[in-house]
Amino acid sequence: MNAEIRPVKTAAEIGFADLFAAARESLPGGGNVKAVRCDAFDRFAAQGLPHSRVEAWKYTDLRRMVRDAKPLAPRPDTAAKAATRKAAAGFAGLDFRRLLIVDGAFVPELSDLADLEPGVSIRATADALGLDDAPLWLEAGMAGDDPAAALNTAFAADGVIIAVDPNVVVARPIHLAFVTTADTPSAMFTRSSLALGAGAAITLVETHEGPDQSDYQVNAALRMNVGERARLDHVKVTSEGSAAMHIATLLAEIGANATYREFGFTTGGAVVRNQLFLKLAGEGTIANVHQASLLAGRQHADTTLTVDHAAPGSQSREVFKAVVDDEARAVFQGRITVQPGAQQTDARMMARALLLSDEAVANCKPELEIFADDVQCGHGTTTGALDDQLKFYLMARGIPEKEAEALLIQAFVGEVIDALARDDLREALTQTMLNWLRGRD
Amino acid sequence: MTALLDIRGLKAEIDGRQILNGLDLTVNRGEIHAIMGPNGAGKSTLSYVLSGKPGYEITGGEVSFNGEDLLAMDPDERAAKGLFLAFQYPLEIPGVATLTFLRTALNAQRKKRGEEELSSPDVLKRVRELAKQLSIDPEMLKRPLNVGFSGGEKKRNETLQMALLEPKLCVLDETDSGLDIDALRIVADGVNRLRAADRGMIVITHYQRLLDYIVPDVVHVLSAGRIVKTGGKELALELEATGYAQYQSEAA
Ligand SMILES: Nc1ncnc2c1ncn2[C@@H]1O[C@H](COP(=O)(O)OP(=O)(O)OP(=O)(O)O)[C@@H](O)[C@H]1O
Ligand SMILES: [Mg+2]
Repeated sequence: MNAEIRPVKTAAEIGFADLFAAARESLPGGGNVKAVRCDAFDRFAAQGLPHSRVEAWKYTDLRRMVRDAKPLAPRPDTAAKAATRKAAAGFAGLDFRRLLIVDGAFVPELSDLADLEPGVSIRATADALGLDDAPLWLEAGMAGDDPAAALNTAFAADGVIIAVDPNVVVARPIHLAFVTTADTPSAMFTRSSLALGAGAAITLVETHEGPDQSDYQVNAALRMNVGERARLDHVKVTSEGSAAMHIATLLAEIGANATYREFGFTTGGAVVRNQLFLKLAGEGTIANVHQASLLAGRQHADTTLTVDHAAPGSQSREVFKAVVDDEARAVFQGRITVQPGAQQTDARMMARALLLSDEAVANCKPELEIFADDVQCGHGTTTGALDDQLKFYLMARGIPEKEAEALLIQAFVGEVIDALARDDLREALTQTMLNWLRGRD
Repeated sequence: MTALLDIRGLKAEIDGRQILNGLDLTVNRGEIHAIMGPNGAGKSTLSYVLSGKPGYEITGGEVSFNGEDLLAMDPDERAAKGLFLAFQYPLEIPGVATLTFLRTALNAQRKKRGEEELSSPDVLKRVRELAKQLSIDPEMLKRPLNVGFSGGEKKRNETLQMALLEPKLCVLDETDSGLDIDALRIVADGVNRLRAADRGMIVITHYQRLLDYIVPDVVHVLSAGRIVKTGGKELALELEATGYAQYQSEAA
């Protein structure tokens, strides 16, 4: 007998069903795309919103946190576009190719599309969804049954699709600046992708921001295909508004002898979930993931990462750091899987949390799942407060308490920031960190 | 003129255990005081209580520094007013570059005193000079504070900090321990350069040899949380010969 119990649908789940019924005819894409969306929505509906008994969502109970389904954000009007003038201020001085996504819609006229390097193509997801291969693209590997990814497939309306031809080394980073302007409750579902040909190289920066106090939800998905010998640096900065919910799914498939460096920095958003699914598909692949979360108030930020070593001789390093103040909560779940035959895998994962108040919480759960015998894998976690002895040493040299704490926090986060290869990004993120520290007093 | 440091009947405990038992000590400007005494007597405790380390409970007495109530100040305030403790065990701070630390400390003190902050190049220049005097490899300044430094290097680094910050009162807690013979001379020279008519020093040591280099005006014996004997520099020689046995029984 099938003993599965279907809990009563929550108001939010019913809301999503209504929203989908109302929106599916008008979402971009032809009949085939609609079929993919309906399938995806059914996958979501069968599970409902994930809750604490779903292992992958153990600490981020969306059934409790998502109260309602917000209306889909309208495409940005002139006022909304104008409101983005100061977007991504922290990166303003950098000569990156900035592509602006406003309220979930790619806005070419506000984006820097001039002098595109030969071998690089950029298009809007909304346009691409009308093409013949759209269903395949939309469906491709979207994180199995993951309900957040399924919702994204159902609703994804726009985003940016980037392709880089083999052996094209793009010197100028591309910056996807996601900006929410809405001050009424609204939801944005974006789908973007990057295909990096064999031997190609690029730095992709992704920032997410929006107004404080505004009740909006972002569900952003990004799919990466990193070709053999390609080099990808991906930097994601989540600094959403103070009431926002941000759920992001990143899928990366990394080819043989490619180098993939993932960097994440989270300071903003009421509820943030960054889920990353990395597959080291080819031999000799290198993947490094560095993430830092700086949280205060009642913020909740969850990074859930799976690194799948599927071929021999690949290497991965995962370093996760959280600074948690007030009543905030940081979650790190990391799983390294070594597939049968993925011999000589070298994988190490470290999660460290620094708690700045008695009410701050960190949940760290690293896991190894190893099906090969000749591997080197390890993981560790530490959780603790600032070291009083070190603080005293600094104060005894005349450094005031807050500044001493700031120095120690900087030192703690510094290991992550130092992992950035580019000086300009290191400086920008250091500045972001300093701003956060300044906000403490 | 008020004394630089005036300690009267100081009593302090940690974790419910009384360590300082009514300690009196007066240091005037221009004087060097040596404090000797058996292990566990409370010498480091005195230095920590003076610099404001948390965890100690002051159960009696008072300390005035330049006429001000030292015990009412936070550690950073004490430092800005000119108190410096060279730690017996300097701490390692991963992720904080030595130079950043030095600049932050110097400018924090200057800011608190209402003086203009120094630019990074100015600080660097000053630090470089001092490093040279103390035979500190300038490359070390780029490394995280004290991380992986040898025992002797840490002590030299403490001396460098002291020279940079130009305090009014230097408390050196066993700055000689862990130093090889050459380093001892280098550090002692560094300390002697700081001798000045308006600056006082308390030098805590177990070894008479340091006092050959840094010649004290006054020598004290600290035992069981009190100053039990005070004399001139010859007292140190005497102690070398007799040990502390008589003072320990006296204190008990
Ligand atoms: N947290 C603590 N709880 C209880 N006793 C303590 C604590 N910290 C220090 N003590 C005790 O206080 C006493 C004084 O220690 P202190 O370090 O001041 O001695 P000292 O004179 O500097 O010795 P040394 O010459 O070995 O450096 C010692 O007996 C020590 O064990
Ligand atoms: Mg001691």
